[in-house]
Amino acid sequence: MIIPRGGAARGDWRLPPQPAESIDRSAPVRFRWNGTTYGGFAGDTIASALAASGVRVFSRSLKYHRPRGILTADGDDPNCLVQVDDEPNVRAGHRLVRPGMAVRAQGVWPTLQVDVKALNQVVGRFLGPGFYYKTFIAPRQLWPTYERVIRRFSPGGPVPPAPPTGRYDQRVVHRDVLVVGGGPAGMAAAVGAAGGGASVLLVDEQHALGGHLRWADGSDRTRLAELRRAVAEATSIEVMTDAVVTGRYDGHWVSVLQRSVPGVVERLVKVRTQQIVVAAGLIERPYVVAGNDLPGVMLSTAVRRLINLYAVRPGARAVVLTANGEGDAAARDLDRAGVDVARVVDPRRGEDIVSIRGRGRVEAVELSDRSTVTCDLVVTATGWTAPLSLLTMSGARAAYDPVAARFFATGLPDDVLAAGGVAGAGDLDAIVEQAGAAGRESAARATAAAGRSPVAVPGLAAGAHPALFTGRTDGMVDLAEDVSAKDLKAAVAEGYNSLELVKRYTTVTMGPTQGRLEAVNAIAVVAAATGGSIAETGTTTGRPPYAPVSLGALAGRNYQPVRHSPMHAWHVAHGARPLVAGLWIRPDHYGDPAAEVRTVRSAVGIIDVTPLGKFELTGTDVPRLLELLYVNRWQKLAVGSVRYGVMCTEDGVVLDDGVTGRLAPARYLLTCTSSGAGAVEDWIALWLQTEHPDWDVRVVPVTDAYASINVAGPRSRELVSRLVEDIDLAPDAFSYMQVRTGRVAGFDDCIVWRIGFTGELSFELHVPAGHGQEVWDRLLTAGADLGVGPFGIEAQRILRLEKGHLVVGQDTDGLTQGFSAGLDWAIKLDKAEFLGQPELRWQHERGDDRQLVGLQPVDGAVLPPESSQILDGGSDGGHIAGRITSSRMSPTLGRSICLGFVSARLARPGTVVTVRLPDGRSVPAAVMPQLAHVDPDGERLRG
Amino acid sequence: MITCPWCGSRDTSEFAYAGEGNPRPDPATASPEAWRRYLYVRRNPDGWTTELWRHRIGCGTYLRLERHRTTDEVRLARAVGGDPA
Repeated sequence: MIIPRGGAARGDWRLPPQPAESIDRSAPVRFRWNGTTYGGFAGDTIASALAASGVRVFSRSLKYHRPRGILTADGDDPNCLVQVDDEPNVRAGHRLVRPGMAVRAQGVWPTLQVDVKALNQVVGRFLGPGFYYKTFIAPRQLWPTYERVIRRFSPGGPVPPAPPTGRYDQRVVHRDVLVVGGGPAGMAAAVGAAGGGASVLLVDEQHALGGHLRWADGSDRTRLAELRRAVAEATSIEVMTDAVVTGRYDGHWVSVLQRSVPGVVERLVKVRTQQIVVAAGLIERPYVVAGNDLPGVMLSTAVRRLINLYAVRPGARAVVLTANGEGDAAARDLDRAGVDVARVVDPRRGEDIVSIRGRGRVEAVELSDRSTVTCDLVVTATGWTAPLSLLTMSGARAAYDPVAARFFATGLPDDVLAAGGVAGAGDLDAIVEQAGAAGRESAARATAAAGRSPVAVPGLAAGAHPALFTGRTDGMVDLAEDVSAKDLKAAVAEGYNSLELVKRYTTVTMGPTQGRLEAVNAIAVVAAATGGSIAETGTTTGRPPYAPVSLGALAGRNYQPVRHSPMHAWHVAHGARPLVAGLWIRPDHYGDPAAEVRTVRSAVGIIDVTPLGKFELTGTDVPRLLELLYVNRWQKLAVGSVRYGVMCTEDGVVLDDGVTGRLAPARYLLTCTSSGAGAVEDWIALWLQTEHPDWDVRVVPVTDAYASINVAGPRSRELVSRLVEDIDLAPDAFSYMQVRTGRVAGFDDCIVWRIGFTGELSFELHVPAGHGQEVWDRLLTAGADLGVGPFGIEAQRILRLEKGHLVVGQDTDGLTQGFSAGLDWAIKLDKAEFLGQPELRWQHERGDDRQLVGLQPVDGAVLPPESSQILDGGSDGGHIAGRITSSRMSPTLGRSICLGFVSARLARPGTVVTVRLPDGRSVPAAVMPQLAHVDPDGERLRG
Repeated sequence: MITCPWCGSRDTSEFAYAGEGNPRPDPATASPEAWRRYLYVRRNPDGWTTELWRHRIGCGTYLRLERHRTTDEVRLARAVGGDPA
């Protein structure tokens, strides 16, 4: 009821209690519709509660903005998409009312009653199918205006900017048998399967099991109660209501979208099942005739639902077009509900509706006998469509039977059975018997009982039904997409003469109903327009999802695995800014990266480099493996020596780099970039397993086994010597690019490297991971008088850039072959086979590829952002000749420094290139003689 | 499900596709055209083919898998280096 302030209820279309009603009259619910308060009952859908108050217009259609009312009174109703609170596109024919709900019409401006966009009806001639391919094209300057206008007219409700407050969830379920649909066939199949010893999941879209039995006549409702009891008593049946199967995937995976789960907005249930029984029933089809989208035109099942489930009188005076028993029963229900059934029009007797008339609502109907009947309600019962999508997704094909005037699925695979109305016609007894047998057979197949004979599943007759799709006037075919029969015929006339082309050109069946209501009518119109039969025209391909799925359900709960080094808690406690590096969380800096750089260059700093990729290689053939993987030579690497290596893939592109050391005669440690560790592991395993299984090599990833700390700076030797017991750190005993094993801070089995990514004297300590925090603490305590401080990834980036050391993936990309990355000195083309060799040889012969160079902007205060373009041909234009790959302010030099790619002819030292900044300015930069900006001769490294 | 020769029948999500496994020309003697055909050109056949896969979330073995490209059935998986005895 509409509840006006202080007045009596108006427009009350609620009926007295009905025997099968699902509303609870003891629980009234108040909610708002477009700002006005309305009343309903618990168990009402939004649509039924509003209909009970006499609301007839629920929306405006997508393109022409024609007023629309209830058509199906269930979740498939294309006219009843509304905004509920902050949730757009809610199906008012399915969503139950809740106290305090604020429901609004969508896509109307300014209101549902006075919708300015209805002017589209006036200019409708220019809005034919595909009009957007022919309009909004010229002039280009108006594109931003077109965009604003089109956005105003786009359908659907507004998406709120704030994140959703509800929770989304996922669940994985394993069952022997999945029964899709909880009508009489589904319930019988579930009981049959459970009786056969299978675990069963029974899924139904509605809020309660029962399907069409819920509004059936008395004796059928008794059967409904029996079936419901049988399902409840079978302990191996799990029931999900308000749940819809959205798709079937390879490997017996089925996705189910479940709502009405307490505390959860939507749950995506991933079901792994052996057998599927599809008992999806039948969907009633609208009739295509002029005026068929006016408010007041309803399907017979809509009327039966409104009267029997929700006790709502759908109108005052009705004309009923009925060609089957359900339509006849609807006429009887209307009569019982006090509706004046003015005429029953029966196509089985050759009668028909010619057109439906009215302004904004049904007012009269013109019949085939030339009479005109005034009415406010037109009810049609012209036939059924079987929802075959799940069967066709499983591999079955849809075939048309002209006698039954519907499609059937043929060629079902071994793990799918069809039960009930979707498989054929019959009375309730025949359906229940067939479905029960199908359930028992599916259980037998699922449990694979040995030596069993198959259960005999009786066939269902195809049945007969008049072929009624369109009348003799053109009406709406797809109400959700506003595609009329005239539009479809126009598309065929334009040359789109196949169903798939017509679908894509007109968008028919591409709306929220996805063909459930309109596909067969569309096929009939296209068949007639192309002169073919419905069987020849065929159907479009059904793909998942069958029903809309929210992104929240697909995402589920947010489980994000992260990897922490053993010293992570210390970094957090000391104010480290977190850097997400793949799965690792690393310390970016501790507040002042420039100060950290100065600490390393002047005293000593320590950095946590635990994520560094590390592999222990053992065996007599390790040198052959290193020769294969790296572009440089490895056969003569002595025990205790370290070499820097670069790996390329077979197209010559730089894959990864790192240092590898020989710890013992047959024991090496290979390091690589932290983000590349997974790819390097795959790469090594690939070559060892496919090409060289005979080699004596074992590879063990030890990235997590060691905590790695790099101690860098002029005082690093002093600091490390305070922790190391049995290793001689003197310059001539432990020179640059060497590695030793020994005791660090009292812990055995540690590895000490002398390498230099930062360009300072540095030692890298690899200690067993469990001792990482203690060694970190000891370094800081022991080095306090030396001025030790931690430094993070940002400082390390600056330090390595000052030294011109490239970072694979930053200063190289997917096309950077070895000779473009300043690695000429490392690539030994004349050695025995290594990966990437042929392409590198050809690159070297060409000699004209871009080059990685050091660059310094002429004005040291200008810092070009990374990826700034480098231009050739003057600052006013010209060609792109490269880009800046790394760029930082150098605390050591007090100016900006960069690495970047330039084309070969610009790579000569001293060349001044033009850098285009994102704000449009162009600045000059000079190509440096080497990649390193600080200490190019490496004296500090070798000290 | 894919039956790994070492681990038995496992869910397909544990395995990663690793390429068509086409024959590799001799890098020392191949022409640029032949080498690039090997790098970039795919056979992309219909029906049953043999492909290279890896049991990534598992034993890490590279496998030659016989798979039907349309129905996605898998009928045989052999370890590249030889199945366990």
